[in-house]
Amino acid sequence: MRTFFVQLVRELRSIFHTPVAYVVIAFFAGLMGFNFQMFVSLLNKQPAEVMILDVVFYNGLFIFVFAFIAALITMRSFAEEFRLGTVEMLMTAPVKDWHVVLAKFFGASIFFAILLMPTAACFWVFDIVTHGAPAARSVGAIASAYILLLMLGMLFISIGVFASSLVRDQVNAAVITLAVTILYLFIPMAAERLLNITDPRVKEVYEFFDPLQHIVDFSKGVVDTRRIVWYLSATGLFVFLTHHIFHSRKLKAS
Amino acid sequence: MIKVEQLTKKYGSFTAVDGISFQVDKGEIVGFLGPNGAGKSTTMKMLTSYLPASSGRASIAGFDVFDQSIEARRRMGYLPENTPLYPDMKVGEYLRYRAALKGVPRSKMRERVGDVLDLCQIADRENQLIGSLSKGYRQRVGLADALVHDPDLLILDEPTIGLDPNQIRTVRELIKSLAQKRTVLISTHILPEVEMMCSRVIVIHRGSIRASDTAENLLKNHRSVGELRLEARAGEGAANALRSIAGVKDVTESRDGDWNIFKLRLDANAKPGEEIMKLARERNWPVRDLHQKSATLEDVFADLTTSDK
Repeated sequence: MRTFFVQLVRELRSIFHTPVAYVVIAFFAGLMGFNFQMFVSLLNKQPAEVMILDVVFYNGLFIFVFAFIAALITMRSFAEEFRLGTVEMLMTAPVKDWHVVLAKFFGASIFFAILLMPTAACFWVFDIVTHGAPAARSVGAIASAYILLLMLGMLFISIGVFASSLVRDQVNAAVITLAVTILYLFIPMAAERLLNITDPRVKEVYEFFDPLQHIVDFSKGVVDTRRIVWYLSATGLFVFLTHHIFHSRKLKAS
Repeated sequence: MIKVEQLTKKYGSFTAVDGISFQVDKGEIVGFLGPNGAGKSTTMKMLTSYLPASSGRASIAGFDVFDQSIEARRRMGYLPENTPLYPDMKVGEYLRYRAALKGVPRSKMRERVGDVLDLCQIADRENQLIGSLSKGYRQRVGLADALVHDPDLLILDEPTIGLDPNQIRTVRELIKSLAQKRTVLISTHILPEVEMMCSRVIVIHRGSIRASDTAENLLKNHRSVGELRLEARAGEGAANALRSIAGVKDVTESRDGDWNIFKLRLDANAKPGEEIMKLARERNWPVRDLHQKSATLEDVFADLTTSDK
């Protein structure tokens, strides 16, 4: 177990030792701050019915930013080890494959959680500017909304780590991650808005996967365990696949 | 310490390592010798359980490298070819990370890292980024890494490749000093290195072992011919007279002014110098040079690794 934590610390260091990490954090905080400002100024003009996450994530497009962030922070994870050849150093130390895979996954996930943290400050500001609107104080709804965001982010990260385990070049890894995550976000959106699918059975299927729908639910404080099971099992699947790819790739390495 | 039985590695239809068996005892320094592509690195990668074997077994200190890989890995330090390192880490930071990964207890961390920094003479580079180090220093960081958990066995894959002569000397001396307490398996194609450092040599070619012995015995048992050079002012028929001496296989003659230069190819272990001197005295040949070239490890190596047997 110690090797897992040693490796986790190493992953976090390698993330935080690059300027990219700070640029991403600053960029994300700035973007969310801007969203927040737009939202508050809208509320100043007219009252509106809003959901809790609108406070910070007013513009639904933020979810695509998640896809980019996941690609950015995971693209190095395995691809770089294979490119540098350090994977040989790593895997001839007494370390289990699982520990390495999990460390890389959780390292990026922790970074993602840290990334989300500053946005919570918006609720505090919101509380002040609205003189204690109920929305700013519904801790349960805020927490459930963040749980969903975290799960969504971790799913994207598992996809990113998986993509990175497939290739030697980090740019390829990022492109694969972006393609898969954006497709995942886009399909339910396209089904609803472009294709106008109204068949309730089909609708039920794509709404099951639709992250935007999940966000609406969780922002109301509706913690739907089906969604949790979906995110955790999809994430688990990608982590599992990563382990298998990593393991078999190691076997083929010359 | 190392026991290898019928180890085979196939890449598709290509057999990189073909059923090799050997053993390395505790305290030995064994040179693993072979031309590029002979299967040295592949064998080492299997020993360090980085690559699985297609068939056969190998064990380190009694632990199977496939079934008890973690235990086997704990007991060895490995320096891969080209020393891959993280360029964005500092030397000290990297070694502490590696020590922790290899299970050095927290209480001994400072001591172990300090020891290997001193041993590999990189203490003054502790706070430098690995990416900014020269190749010689990187190699020493790699060695320090291999040593940091104080393993009984060191597996070094071409540790002096790409270094300048001074760096080679330092690294060699370092390895020699390490070997006093440890078992070392070192792969190389630099022959003087083997003669200087190794107690035994395993020659591998096209995936199979061609010889396994001390460098001395290899030279002694080498069946290729030696050569002797004689420069004398000899008369007619000298070549034939020389040819009749026991142990002489063949004589070629050339001239340098008045001097005849004879090149004699000899049978294995033949030492006809005395007979030749006797002949020269009998016939009153002035002699200005007589010397026998003995086979070098290079000859042995060339002979073992150029044939297709």
